[in-house]
Amino acid sequence: MNQYSVWKYLLILVVVTVGIIYALPNFYGEDPALQITSSRGFELPAELSTNIDDALLVEKISFLSSEQEGNRLLYRFNNAEDQILAADAVREALGDQYVVALNLAHATPDGLRSIGGKPMTLGLDLQGGVHFLMQVDMDTARSQQLDRYVDDIRSVLRDNGVRYVSVRHEGNGLLAMLRTAEDRDKTLNLLNTDQSLQGLNITELPAGDTFGISATVQERQLLELQQTALKQNITTLRNRVNELGVAEPVIQQQGADRVVVQLPGVQDTVAAKKIIGATATLEYRAVDESNDAFTASQSGRIPPESRLYTDDNGNPILLKKRLIVSGDQLIGASASFDQQTGQPSVSVTLDGVGSKRMLDFTRDNVGNRMAVVYIEQKPNGSKIEDVISVAVVREPFGKRFQTTGLSSIQEASQLSLLLRAGALAAPMEIIEERTVGPSLGADNVAKGFKAVVIGFVLVLVLMAVYYRVFGLVANLALFANLVLLMSLLSMLGATLTMPGIAGIVLTIGMAVDANVLIFERIREEIRNGNTPQASIRAGYEKAFSTIADANITTLIAAFVLFLFGTGPVKGFAVTLSLGIVTSMFTAIMGTRSVINLVYGGKKRVRKLAI
Amino acid sequence: MKFLNRKTNIDFMSRRKIALILSTVLIVISILSLATRGLNFGLDFTGGTLIEVGYPSPPNTAEVRENLANAGFDSVVQTFGAATDIVVRIPPSEIEESSAELSTRVLAALSAGVEGEIEMRRVEFVGPQVGEELAEQGILAVIYAMVGVFLYVMFRFQWRFSVGAVAALFHDITISMGIISLVQIEFDLTVVAAILAVVGYSLNDTIVLFDRIRENFPRYRKRQPVEVVNTSINETLSRTLMTSTTTLLVLIALFYFGGEIIHGFAFTLIVGVLVGTYSSIYVASSALLMLGVSKYDLMEVEKEGATLDARP
Repeated sequence: MNQYSVWKYLLILVVVTVGIIYALPNFYGEDPALQITSSRGFELPAELSTNIDDALLVEKISFLSSEQEGNRLLYRFNNAEDQILAADAVREALGDQYVVALNLAHATPDGLRSIGGKPMTLGLDLQGGVHFLMQVDMDTARSQQLDRYVDDIRSVLRDNGVRYVSVRHEGNGLLAMLRTAEDRDKTLNLLNTDQSLQGLNITELPAGDTFGISATVQERQLLELQQTALKQNITTLRNRVNELGVAEPVIQQQGADRVVVQLPGVQDTVAAKKIIGATATLEYRAVDESNDAFTASQSGRIPPESRLYTDDNGNPILLKKRLIVSGDQLIGASASFDQQTGQPSVSVTLDGVGSKRMLDFTRDNVGNRMAVVYIEQKPNGSKIEDVISVAVVREPFGKRFQTTGLSSIQEASQLSLLLRAGALAAPMEIIEERTVGPSLGADNVAKGFKAVVIGFVLVLVLMAVYYRVFGLVANLALFANLVLLMSLLSMLGATLTMPGIAGIVLTIGMAVDANVLIFERIREEIRNGNTPQASIRAGYEKAFSTIADANITTLIAAFVLFLFGTGPVKGFAVTLSLGIVTSMFTAIMGTRSVINLVYGGKKRVRKLAI
Repeated sequence: MKFLNRKTNIDFMSRRKIALILSTVLIVISILSLATRGLNFGLDFTGGTLIEVGYPSPPNTAEVRENLANAGFDSVVQTFGAATDIVVRIPPSEIEESSAELSTRVLAALSAGVEGEIEMRRVEFVGPQVGEELAEQGILAVIYAMVGVFLYVMFRFQWRFSVGAVAALFHDITISMGIISLVQIEFDLTVVAAILAVVGYSLNDTIVLFDRIRENFPRYRKRQPVEVVNTSINETLSRTLMTSTTTLLVLIALFYFGGEIIHGFAFTLIVGVLVGTYSSIYVASSALLMLGVSKYDLMEVEKEGATLDARP
C-alpha cells in the first residue's frame, strides 16, 4: 500500500547519481601546474607547446600532461619543485611576450571534465590571496572630462581661426569668452555643429565688454563617459593583472563606481598592490622655448599658454599646456636600451590619432625640445608629476619612438608594463583590502572540514539512536543531501568560503528538521492507534505543509541575505538556500522512497522501528 | 529512544505572565547594554587595518605592543587562538598611507628582536565608507526580511500570526544582540550572517508551531484558544527539542573545532537557537493569544490533507 511508482524511484536514482558524479571532482585534489598566456592577449601559436616541451626536455623536467584551453596553455607537474624549476626554464625560453603563472590545476579526470565536472572554487579565505575593493573617483573623472572638452573647444576654435579671450571650465560648466559678437556667433555655430563637441547645452551670456558663451555637458553624456571610464579601468586592471601572471583572477564591477579585484594564490601582495594601485600615465608636451623658466618661476608670472614643472634635477621648466599625445593614445611599450647612449629606455608605439598628432608636432618643431611627463595619482587625491625626460626633436617621427631619461632598466620595465597595461581612465582608490596568507587558508580548510565531520557524525549518532531504522534512513538522506549540495555548488561554480562552510554545517542541523517533523508525526499517529502503514502515510502527508511553510519562510530570509549581502555573507546565503532546496528533496522524497522499500511491500507490519 | 515517552500535557500558557516578565527584563537589559556598552564593532564596520601574524614561538604581547608603539603605531595587540598568533589592530589613520606600506612597516616593527621568521597570515584593510554601508545594508536586510516574512505569513495564515512571528523575531534579534553586547563578542560580518541565520531559525520554529495551532483550531472546536495553543505546543514539543538538539550539536562542533575566525558566528547562533526556541513558545504564541486569536480566524482554512491526497 505504501509504494512509489517506478518513475519516482528512477527520478531519485537519477538525481542522486548525477549528484554523485558532479560532486566527485572535489575529491581528486590538485596538480601543481604552469599557466602560459600571451602577454597581449593574442592567440597562442601552434608551435609554442613544442618550444616549451623542448625547453623542459633540456632541463630534464618531466611533466604529467599539457593541454590548451582557449588562449591558455596548461602544464601539469608531479610536484611543486618541478613546477618552480619549470617556471624558470619556460620563462627564459619564451621571453617577455608570454606570461608564465604558477597555478594549481584541479586533477579532475578527463571523463568527468568532458561533461562539465569541476570542483568548487575555494574562496580567498580558504586558499589564500588578495581581495581589493576599489572605488573610482568620479569627481575627478568628471573634471577630467570637462578639461578634455576645454581642450577640444580650444583646438576647434584655433583650427577655424577664431580668436578667443579664454576657454575654461568653471564648476560643472564650460565658459568661452570672445572679443566680438561676430566671433561669438561663429563659435556658437561651431559648438553646435562640430562632431567632437556633442552633448553640450549651450547658452549665450548677456553681452558686455566681452561676449561670452556658457555650456554645460548633458547629464546623460557625462554618465555615459563615466561608465566608459569605469569600463576602461576594468580593462586596464585586467591587463595589469594579466601582466602579473595570476591564474584565475576575478575583476568585476560592483555597484555604480566600484571594482572588485581578487587574486587567488598571490603571495607577494606588496608587488601586486603596486602594480594594481598605480595610476600612471605619460604625457608628451612641448617645451615653451619663447619664455625663460627661471624668470617665470621667480617672478611668478607664468605665460597663460604654459605651466611650470620641475624636472629631474629640480630645475624649473615651462611646458605648453596643449598636449601633444597622452597615455591613452599609446598602444605599445617595451623596455630596452637606447642604441646610441646605452641608457635604459622605453620604446613607445602610438595609435593612429596619436601618431598623426606626434608627426604634425615634430615636423614643425625640429630642433625644439619635447618633454615627457610622468603622472601618478596618489590615493589621497594628490598627484605626482615628474618630467622624466626632455629631449631635442632631431627629426620628425610618428608611430614609433623612444623615451629615455630613466634611471635603471627596472624602472624602464616597470614603466613599460604600466604603459602597456594602459592608463586608468579615472583615478581609483583601494577602499578595502583583505589578504589571507596561504597557511591560514589551509588552516581554515582543515578546521572547517573537521567541524563539518564532527557535527555530522554527532547528528548521525543521535538520529540513529533516537529514531532507529527511520533514523538510519534519515542519515542516508543526510548523506545524499550533502552530496547534492556539493554537486550543486560545484556545477554553479559557486565559491566556497568559511561562512559558506558554516552554511553547510547549519544546513545539516536544519535538514534533519524535516525528518524530525515527519517522524514525530508518525509516532503521533501510532500513539493515536493507527496501523503502521497508515501512520507512515499520514505522517508524511501531514508534515508536508509544515515543512513547506517553514522552509519557504527561511528561504525568504536567505534570499534577502543574498540581495543585501556582499562577499562572505552572500556565500552563506547561497549555501543556506541550496541546502534548504536539496534537503526538501532528500528528506521528503528520499526517505519516503527508502521507507517504502523497507515497509511498503509487506502486507502486515506489526511494529515500526521508530 | 524518546525524550518524551508519553503525551505531555504541560500547561505552558499558564506561565506566560512570568515569561512575559522574563522577556521584558531580557529585552530591557539588552537595550540598556546596547545603549551603554554598545557593540564591539569589528574591522568590517569601524574601518582600519588588521594584521594577523604567526610567530615561531609565543611572543610577549607587552613587548610586541612596546615595539609597535616605538615604531609610532597606535595599536591594539591580542593573541588570536593559539599563543603564537598575534592580531594587531590599527585604527583608521588621518595620515594617508596605503595599506601595503602600512602592513610592511608593521611587519618590520614586529620582526624587531625576534629570532626566526614571522609569518604574515592575514591583512585586512577597510576604508571608513565601506563600514557605514555595511551597517546600513545589515539593518536594511533585517527589515526587509521581516517585511517579507510578515507578508508571507499573512498570506498563508492570518495577520495575527504575522504579528506573532515578527514579534518573536524582534525579541530574538534584540536579545541575541544584547548578549553579544554584554559579552563583547566582536561584531563583524560573520556575526551579521549569524543574526540573519537566527532570523531563519526562529522563523522556522515559529512557523512549525503556528502550523499546528492552525490545524488544531478546527479540530478542537469546543476548547478555549489557550487550551488549543497549549495542546499545540505539547504536540510539537518533542520535535522542538529534537531539532534544537541536532542544530545545537553541529553549532557546538563549529564553536569548538571551526577555529577562531568562526567563533563569533557559532556563539551568536547558539544563543539565537536557545532564544528562538523559547520565543516560539512564549513570545509568538503569547502574542497570538494577546491579539485575541480565535477559531473564527481560521475557519475558512481548509484542512490541508484534502488537497494533499494527490501527493505521495
